[in-house]
Amino acid sequence: MNPNYAAVSRPRLNALEANKVLKNTYMLLSATLAFSAVMAMVSMYINMPPMAYLISVIVAMVLGIFVLPKTANSSTGIGVLFLITGLLGFGLGSILTVYMAMANGPQIIATALGGTGIIFLGLSGYALTTKKDFSFLGGFLFAGMMVVVLAIIASLFIQIPALSLTISAAIIMLMSGLILFDTSRIINGGETNYILATFSIFLSLFNIFISLLNILGIMSSD
Amino acid sequence: MGLFLKITLAVVLVVLLWRMWPATKHWMENGPKGSRGDWMSFVLIIAAIVGFVALMIVSVRN
Repeated sequence: MNPNYAAVSRPRLNALEANKVLKNTYMLLSATLAFSAVMAMVSMYINMPPMAYLISVIVAMVLGIFVLPKTANSSTGIGVLFLITGLLGFGLGSILTVYMAMANGPQIIATALGGTGIIFLGLSGYALTTKKDFSFLGGFLFAGMMVVVLAIIASLFIQIPALSLTISAAIIMLMSGLILFDTSRIINGGETNYILATFSIFLSLFNIFISLLNILGIMSSD
Repeated sequence: MGLFLKITLAVVLVVLLWRMWPATKHWMENGPKGSRGDWMSFVLIIAAIVGFVALMIVSVRN
């Protein structure tokens, strides 16, 4: 979850500048997704243990909270973004290794991946074609994310499958709202930094994919 | 090692909450309020996603 949203209003951009931010965001998103996928394959190839996921997420979160906001306005920010997305991909690889060992693991992974892609394309397409302003979702999404983070902290120490399922379902709904919110902010000029925009959309996709894996993994077994 | 990592992740998540708070407060207090129609369209989108996820669950169970 991206903590780098500006808490103050920014000057609005014209349509040409907003399109440039959108184009740069999608180009950088494609590159970071590809890099992350390569890192996931490397992690799977060297058979990283599941613990690698926790370590990668911790380091990526520290970079995202403390380093990225300071570098997002320079070219260094792109390097930091690749480092974060590469780390997340590397951690993801260790989770995918566990799923691959399951009887229907490859089917679950393929379904979650395809589902994430369809959700992202559907939501982005809707926000881009309607050009509707989804900034009214801001308060709801941020409050929801804070509740989910508190629930995640609880679930680290209390292992209840129902809580894990509920958190995953809530994350999918919140991240879907966040994709609408982010895309709408870009096209309406609310987000001017394509590095931060890419980071936020990447995190939404990553969280939807992980949550779908969790839901499909739990629900596929009797 | 596992417990140490969980405690570290919990600490980082608390820091995340602390960093998210100003943006959350801003959006809750000053963010635009949606109309009934805005919220209805959002609810319909979320309902479509819930239905889609249900379809995916059915597909992996079969």
